[in-house]
Amino acid sequence: MPWTPDQPLVSIKDVHKAFGNVEVLKGITMDVMKREVVCIIGPSGSGKSTLLRCVNALVPIERGSILVEGQEVNDPKLDKLALRRKVGMVFQQYNLFPHKTALENVMMAPIHVLKRDRKEVEAQARALIAKVRLTGKEASYPGELSGGQQQRIAIARSLAMNPDVMLFDEVTAALDPETVKGVLVTIRELAEDGMTCMIVTHEMGFAREVANRIYFTDGGVLVEHAPPKEFFANPKDARTRQFLNQII
Amino acid sequence: MIANRSDFAVLKPFRLGARGPFRFTIWHGVALLAALAIAVGIGEAQAQAAAGKPGIVETILKWTPLLAQGFALNIAMSFMAMAIGTAVGVPLGLAQISLLPPVRTGSWFVTQFFRNSPWLVLLFYCMLLLPFELRIGNTIIPLPGWLKSTIGLSLPVMANVSELVRGAVRSIPFGQWEAAESVAMSRRQTLTMVILPQCIKRMTPPWMNLYAILTVATPLTSVVGVSEAMTLTGDILSSEARTELLVPMYLYLLLWFFIYCYPIARATLALEKRFAVK
Repeated sequence: MPWTPDQPLVSIKDVHKAFGNVEVLKGITMDVMKREVVCIIGPSGSGKSTLLRCVNALVPIERGSILVEGQEVNDPKLDKLALRRKVGMVFQQYNLFPHKTALENVMMAPIHVLKRDRKEVEAQARALIAKVRLTGKEASYPGELSGGQQQRIAIARSLAMNPDVMLFDEVTAALDPETVKGVLVTIRELAEDGMTCMIVTHEMGFAREVANRIYFTDGGVLVEHAPPKEFFANPKDARTRQFLNQII
Repeated sequence: MIANRSDFAVLKPFRLGARGPFRFTIWHGVALLAALAIAVGIGEAQAQAAAGKPGIVETILKWTPLLAQGFALNIAMSFMAMAIGTAVGVPLGLAQISLLPPVRTGSWFVTQFFRNSPWLVLLFYCMLLLPFELRIGNTIIPLPGWLKSTIGLSLPVMANVSELVRGAVRSIPFGQWEAAESVAMSRRQTLTMVILPQCIKRMTPPWMNLYAILTVATPLTSVVGVSEAMTLTGDILSSEARTELLVPMYLYLLLWFFIYCYPIARATLALEKRFAVK
């Protein structure tokens, strides 16, 4: 059955994952529609980051199913590289390539992975760097940029692959407070442009503002999910209430 | 880390052998020169006592051109052994991080075998096991002793380079792999475009250090009869048959190696400082 845009772009069903004896995901189910922005929140160690890593097959799952545009990720014959062209990911530690300039970081994958024309890629890369408001930093090396600037270049690097869905893994957690805002603005603009986003975050204000739906995970299970207004005003589960009380 | 800032010595992180591998310092050179001066002085006094013989300095200078020829062979052997050892060691190191278990285990075994064998034993093996000439079709390639010992020296270099490569790859943060994978780069692309370029910087100082160690190890080949500086020094001494020459002559040889290797050690240190992670 071919995938059509009215079906969930990412469909996660009963996903289980353990590292050794530690069960990190104990049956997670969620659907993300095209153009939807979901935020996944929850205490540290609740499996949020692992869940994102499962979606682009950085981490294999034991049981369950993850469909990305109808393509089963939990399949030994899966073409991981083809999947990752559709799924962009941004990490907490940015992980820019330190020996390449900002521009080269953005251009590398489209040229070498997608085999696209260099000139065309460069034009797109410069436009993306402008989009994340870092015009003028094209020739800078990651070590010369602040954490927030590096993170925005990392976002541009992912976008250069023209992904259908973007995964953000606590992308502001390692940043200085004054640089967080710039990164969040970039993500919000992306969301407003209609990019499908799965965002793991501890920034509640940002989640409330940007998300169409908020998922709360604890101990490897999905406790509850709701649109942001309802979620923050009227959390149903005791664990959610306790978590929100602690951080707000 | 609070522990690093502590004034209490017991709270500071302790690393076994934190002083790092042996390196020449300028004090080795000063000590050498002083020793040479004293030895020459004593020798001169003795030579004056035994009238009718040329002075020590004069004798040393007389033999310098021959010694230089021998030393040139040492340098040539060190260059070649380093080139061969690196050319084979890099692929061997990459094989150590292969995803195929047999390749990984095999290359690990080869690396550990040659890394933990005494250099002199490897030299003897190469001298005795390699033929004196190679016959390929109608062409005969002679394998002189110096070439065979160069191959012998390149084996431990290969194993050490292999370990350098493996260690450098493992020292790159895992996030670099993840980031490259997440933009759909293949393992090969990740290695050649992301990981290895970062390794080169990290590997250069220890690689240069290895070269300095190899160079001072080339006189080992005198034991298997290669006419390098050490062998020639022995020949000179036996032809002069003067005991007072013994100490100054060997010190003079040491000085040659020091003058060659010391700048390498300095450059290694400078590079290490420059590449140090902030």
